[in-house]
This record gives sequence, C-alpha cells and structure tokens, in this order.
Amino acid sequence: MKKLSIDILIGSLLVFGFTALVLLISGEPVLAAFKHIWLGAFANTAKFSQVLSVWIPLTLCSCGLLYTFRVNLWNIGIEGQVTMGAIGAMAALRIPGIENPVIIMTMAFLASMLAGGTWGLLAGILKTRGGVHEIFGGLGLNFVAQGFILWLIFGPWKRPGIASMSGTELLPRKLWLATPPGWRVATAGLCIAVAVLLLTWLLIEKSKLGLKLKAIGQNPKAAQLYGISPEGYYLQAIIFAGACAGLAGFLQVTAVYHRLIPPISSGYGYLALLLVMLAGYRIILIPFLALFFAGLNVGAIQLPIVLQLDSALSGVIQGCCVLSALFILGLRQKRKQS
Amino acid sequence: MIGDLSLSMLVASVLAASAPLIIIALGETLTEKSGVINLSLDGVVLFSAMAAFVVAKETNSLFLGFFAGGCAGMFTGIIVGYFSVYLHLSQVAVGFALSLLCRDLAYFLGNPYSRVQGPTLLSQKLPFYDSLPSSLQVILTQPLTVWFALLLVFALYYFFTFSKAGLCLRSVGENPAASFARGLNPSRIQMAAVLAGAFLVGVGGAAYSLSLKPGWGRPQGAEGIGWIGLALVIFGGWHPIRVAIGAMLFAFLQVSGIGLQDLFPGVPSQVFQTAPFPLMIFTLIFMHYSTRKNRKQGYSQNKFQQLIGKMFMSRAPKAIGQSYKQE
Repeated sequence: MKKLSIDILIGSLLVFGFTALVLLISGEPVLAAFKHIWLGAFANTAKFSQVLSVWIPLTLCSCGLLYTFRVNLWNIGIEGQVTMGAIGAMAALRIPGIENPVIIMTMAFLASMLAGGTWGLLAGILKTRGGVHEIFGGLGLNFVAQGFILWLIFGPWKRPGIASMSGTELLPRKLWLATPPGWRVATAGLCIAVAVLLLTWLLIEKSKLGLKLKAIGQNPKAAQLYGISPEGYYLQAIIFAGACAGLAGFLQVTAVYHRLIPPISSGYGYLALLLVMLAGYRIILIPFLALFFAGLNVGAIQLPIVLQLDSALSGVIQGCCVLSALFILGLRQKRKQS
Repeated sequence: MIGDLSLSMLVASVLAASAPLIIIALGETLTEKSGVINLSLDGVVLFSAMAAFVVAKETNSLFLGFFAGGCAGMFTGIIVGYFSVYLHLSQVAVGFALSLLCRDLAYFLGNPYSRVQGPTLLSQKLPFYDSLPSSLQVILTQPLTVWFALLLVFALYYFFTFSKAGLCLRSVGENPAASFARGLNPSRIQMAAVLAGAFLVGVGGAAYSLSLKPGWGRPQGAEGIGWIGLALVIFGGWHPIRVAIGAMLFAFLQVSGIGLQDLFPGVPSQVFQTAPFPLMIFTLIFMHYSTRKNRKQGYSQNKFQQLIGKMFMSRAPKAIGQSYKQE
C-alpha cells in the first residue's frame, strides 16, 4: 500500500512536471492553464453533465477492452468498432415505415451491438484464421470503417442538396434520447454505461468465463491442455468488445450528435486503450479514471478561447500519465529482478 | 487516362508524393529488422514535422529544419528504445501511448505557428537540365528529398544484404539469444536501430512540413501517414526495395484519386486514401498461407510458382515484438 502511494506520487509529479515544462516552453502561465481546465470541467452542472457524456463512451469502450486484454489481444480496432456501431444504429433509425420510437430505438440499440460485434469478429477471424496480427487487422479495419462512413455521408445518406463533412441530416426530435432539463447527458446513456460496467465486472471477476479468459491470456498452450480452446474464446472476447464499442457508437448518434458525422467516434476508442493501460487492466479503477480523462477532455475545450492555447493539452496530459505509469512499472520490475 | 495529367506529370507527382513516405517506411523497416516494433510512428511524424517547420522558420535555414526534424524523431526514439529494450515493457503499449502523446504535443506546441508562411524546399533543376528531353525534364525536376529517398532505398538494401553491420542487425532481429552467444550485444544494437530508424522517420516528417505539404496547422495533412508507413513495411515484406515500391503505389493511388473522383463522382477522395489498408490485410493473409504451403511441400518445381513464392515468401523478423532479456 505504501509502495503504491509512492508510485502514484512519483507518477503525478512526473506528469505535472512534464506538462508544466511544455507550458513553459510555449510561454504560457502554468497554473492558469490547470485552473481553466478544472473550471471548464467542473464549474457548474451543465459542464459536469458534459463531462459525463464523454465518460459514457469512454467507460463503454474500456469495458469492452477489458475482455480482449484478458486474453492478451490488443484490440486497436475498437475505434472502428465504435464507428460501425454508429453506422449500424443509423441504418436501423433510417428504416422507413416504423412510427413507434420505442421499437425503432430498440432496433437501433441491437443493430449497433451487432455491427460493432461483427466488426470485432472480423478482426478476430483475421487473427485466428488468416494469421493477421490483431493490431494490423484492427488498424486496417479502422480505416476501412472510416472510408465507409465517409462514403455513406457523401453518397447514399447525404443531406438533400449538399453533401458535406458536417454529416447527415439531423434525426427527428422523437429519436433523440431524453436529457433532463439543464443537463447535457442522456439518462438512458448513463444507465447503459453503468449496467455494462456491472455486467463486465460480473463476467470478468465472478464468472467461469472470466476465469477461462484469464487462463488463456496467461498461458494459451496450458489452457489448451485443460480443454479450453483459445481460438473460440479469442473470438468471444473480441465480439464482446465490439458490442460494447458499438453501444458507444449508438449513444454518440442518439444522445450526442443526433446525426452521423465523419469523426463520430471522436477518438474515444484510442483514448480508452490508454485508459485501460493506465488502470492496469483493473475494472475497479476504470470509472474513476474515465471521469478524470473525460474531465480533461471537456475542460480543455475552452482553452483556445480563454488562453489561446490548443485544446490538445488534454491529450498531452493523458499520454504523459500512461507513459509515466509504464515507466514506474518498468523500473519496479527491473529492481525486483536484480 | 486520368484527368488532364500527362504521363510525365503523373510520374513526377508520384515520385514527389512518395518521397517522404519512403523515408518514413524505411526508417521503420530498419527498426523492425532489429526486432523492435515502433508503433509511435503516426505521432512522431507530426511531431517532427512541427519541430522541423518551427526551427526552419526561426533560423530561416532548411538544413537546420530537416536536422531538427530528425532530432525530434530521435528524441522519441530514445523513449521507445529505453522503455522497450532496457525496461522490457510492452513495445506496443509504449509505442501507442507515445503516438497519441506526440500527436497532441505537436498540435499544442505548434499552435502559434499554424498557418504562417515559412521556408519551403523547392524543386531543383538538374545541372544538365537543358540537354534532357522535355518529358524527362518534368520528371527529374524534383526537390532534394526525392533523391535522398531513392538513394536511401539502395543504401539500405546494400546495408541489409552485403554489410557486416546489417547482418548483425538482422541476426539480432531473428534470434537475439544466439547473437548474444556469438558475441554481439543485442540491446545496444536494437537501441541503435531504434534511434537510427526514428531519425529517418523524423526526416520524413520534416519532408512533409517543409516540402510536400509546406507549413503547419491542424490538420497538417500528414495525419495517418505513420499508420500507412507501418502498413507499408508489412506490405513490402521488410524488404527495402519492395517497401519503396509499396510507397510509390500508395502515392499513385493518392495522386490518381483526383482523377478517380471524376470516374466515381460522389465518392470523396478520402475513401481512396484508405485503400492501402485492405491491401495490407490481403498481403498479410496471402503471406500467411503461402508460407504455410511452402513449409508443407518444400519448394515447388514450377517456375511461375517459384516466382510468386519469392514475391510473397517474405516473413517478419522472428523475434519481432519480443523484448530480449539477457540471462
């Protein structure tokens, strides 16, 4: 416990020092920048609710990644799985002739999981049957998904009249997930994220499936000797990951943007990869770190307006956190050996 | 055939567009041959492009700009190398985190310099320009980066195939333990390969902001190039000449994307730019099956099959991605 707190202290000092250095190089007031990030994220309920609306997709993607990291798969394709989930949801929402919003929303919900899961399965099959490492397969599929969404926005689903990067036409109001007055986050979205978080905890920590996934991740050959075939579970884990990411895409469409835009995934898939690494693959830390990352993301939005700084500062802090954590981990391991 | 571009114009623009990509992909090839995979490419390209532009603008010297780009790349290489070679951390994790960090760092630090005019490396006429036929005049009037890239292809080919240092590097990438037993120092060789590779990636990034897409901004125009570079290394089977051909193929797709748009109206040009990724996946599948078949049957007698086999019988360095711990 003492070791852990020392690690956290050193880590935060490293992160703070590096960020301060970066700010000093660009000649900006260090403390003011941190203050504005804090104010931008937590000053009032409207801002905090915006943080929560970023927290939702981050948590969903991180939960998905926990399954794949359990079996030692690097599911970098999560970004594309979010995009495909959004496309799947949009495809269901565009089905003509169904008037009841509840039915159509349920269909979109299922379609997004199906689309995300299928995209994950594709990367999984490439790995197990085609011998393509999941990083390169996933990365390739990310770009394919990006091409696909661009084609849809400029082609079949373009706005009447003009096709542009600003996306498809807005959905009708009845297909927006409801938000409480004064808030900017959909209640249903929060419920889904919390439900997925609990379900993931049950499946990973408390179920037989979680145990099997862990066995495969730690030693696939030994698992095979115990009658657990790794390939089937690789696919299962990546389908789960894809489905979680698909849900994030569904919420991006129905609760945040209310249309399809080219960067619909907003880089949350990649950010979730960083987050899960920083959490050391422990589910208990995920919701808190997701809140921290989401706060940084939202807080940095106003930096260009207040201080004429680029909002990429949040990414600098996030990346630095992960590298510092890795650095400390590496040093500890090295010391243990010698 | 493709819009209004004449053939020589097409060749000239493909050469110009492929040069930075060749440099980047070859830098990564050098690193991967030693058994280390540097996944931070995408961010490093942007970071070094920013550094190169800022330095070139401040000092008004293109040479210093390119040098700064290379050094910025090398600086990130130190992190990748130290974390993965000496601390034995997951190379993928380090590279990925660094990639995102460098990208955002580039946007943040480069913000004051966005959309300002700066020095640009222009195409230069060759000394014997006047004695050339007109089509060659168009093709051969290129910025220096193109000549550097082409020279680098053959230099690396020579290095890997004929030099002793190249042999040492490859042996570390194949089997570090055996190389250690033969008296080499795998960690040091890997570190050197990472640094040299990252330097080249940095120079490639500089070639974007100083020559091909001059200037800095968000977006710069070099986004995603690092991932394409990673794809090209695989597509080229870790062979310098094939990697370069892959880069040219991609540049051709990019350049002809403008013409293809006339053929398929309504398809945005960005869609064509994703083409290398499906190609990369197919190459990997093909490699997987061709190596498996050859292992089963031995070499085939059929000349044609031999040729195909040689073309696709490339494989990754055996120890790629694993960190070597000295016993």
